[in-house]
Amino acid sequence: MDIEVIRSYIPLYNEALLLTFKIGMLGILTAFIIGLSGAAALYFKVPVIGKILTAYIELFRNTPLLVQLFFIYFALPKLGIRISAQTCGIMGLGLIGGAYMIETMRSGLESIDIIQSESALSLGMSKGQVFWNIILPQAISISIPGIMANVIFLLKETSVFSTISLMDLMFTAKDLIGMYAKTIECLFLLVVYYLIMLLPVSILGSVVERRVRYAGFGD
Amino acid sequence: MGELVKVKHLHKEYGRNVVLKDIDLSVKKGEVVVIIGPSGCGKSTFLRCLNGLEEIQGGVITVDGLPVEPDKKDITKIRQKIGMVFQSYDLFPHKTVLENVVLAPVKVQKRYKDDAIREALVLLDKVGLADKKDYYPRQLSGGQKQRVAIVRALLMHPEVILFDEVTAALDPEMVHEVLQTMLDLARSGSTMIIVTHEMAFAKAVADRIVFFDQGEIVEETTDVKGFFENPSTDRAKRFLKTFAYE
Ligand SMILES: Nc1ncnc2c1ncn2[C@@H]1O[C@H](COP(=O)(O)OP(=O)(O)O)[C@@H](O)[C@H]1O
Ligand SMILES: [Mg+2]
Repeated sequence: MDIEVIRSYIPLYNEALLLTFKIGMLGILTAFIIGLSGAAALYFKVPVIGKILTAYIELFRNTPLLVQLFFIYFALPKLGIRISAQTCGIMGLGLIGGAYMIETMRSGLESIDIIQSESALSLGMSKGQVFWNIILPQAISISIPGIMANVIFLLKETSVFSTISLMDLMFTAKDLIGMYAKTIECLFLLVVYYLIMLLPVSILGSVVERRVRYAGFGD
Repeated sequence: MGELVKVKHLHKEYGRNVVLKDIDLSVKKGEVVVIIGPSGCGKSTFLRCLNGLEEIQGGVITVDGLPVEPDKKDITKIRQKIGMVFQSYDLFPHKTVLENVVLAPVKVQKRYKDDAIREALVLLDKVGLADKKDYYPRQLSGGQKQRVAIVRALLMHPEVILFDEVTAALDPEMVHEVLQTMLDLARSGSTMIIVTHEMAFAKAVADRIVFFDQGEIVEETTDVKGFFENPSTDRAKRFLKTFAYE
């Protein structure tokens, strides 16, 4: 391995990391918002929305992100809807992530014992107050492991962004290999940079998990 | 006049299973009514109907003159008049003792947090739990949790409090502390509707005994002592007898 080559590639990888991380985080934020609102709608059994959400979840969980991105990036423009590669990446990640997040948070919400909402209702709280103050905080704590797993899964999925020519880590690596054929160095950097992005998230995840899990309150 | 809770012709069924048949019951302010009866006879369901946790299929329930109707917006106002303590520990596990008890007064009744906390500490002190105010529920014993649940209900200043077998899940040595708290409440003039299997306690605390069997009120009397010595119906006799041997 040629250290000089590695050194000279680092700035490019840094840039790619930043872009990957930015799009990843925005996509995950979108996914989280979709997940939370979707799970709440399912929890409250909002009539028509429930069916639509179920269809959405099935559709996005059972097709590859790559196909979804192709659809958004190449098919939508044919219908007159044009969006940038970045927006497309965020949308794609947000939509597939949203489907997973809904499922994770819904099962979190459903795992809270009915007595919790009944006793809160008995105190005169409205359904909304019960949801925000009693059910959601407990459900989120319980869902943290699932949510963190989704976050890591989504960050890894960013590697397909290269196919819609976003200059992410994968794209940069492929590009450099094609250009200079320093395959080993490029792949080495690729692994290192994915680790740089994912390891802190993983570690943060387990720290948060330990702190927030409600079973841990009072430890 | 003076009737706080009024139930007329209450009918409740789950599908085809009729759980409560034509129940009539009135509870006056300051009265302590104890409901007893075999398990599965509808006692819990009855209490849950009173604060609108269950839909009813017939009859009328009013509390303080207001009809209890689960789906009306008013229901949150009515529920503030009715406290309820359940059999299973129902404290909010993600909140401390103090947070548990002041949550509803602050969020629902919009009371100042400082005021609510001050009153909470007085009440917690009365039940001997002031030093546990920053504990989480899982750090408490069953008896302590139930006393917190009682304080949580009291802090809303309800007109009437419902107790559904609040000692049934407790270890025997903790039953006493909870019953003592309830006795104190009763003596201070609170209106209470209590479902219990603790017969000695029932005898001590009740102004009136209501005996339920198979979804009906079979016997109802203010002669509490007389009821336990010599109930007038055979069903009550049988019930009390099985009890004596348990
Ligand atoms: N959610 C429910 N769905 C169907 N049946 C129920 C439900 N809750 C209670 N029941 C039935 O109603 C009857 C009365 O139950 P309950 O009020 O809990 O009795 P108790 O408190 O006197 O033991 C029982 O036969 C029980 O099986
Ligand atoms: Mg019961």
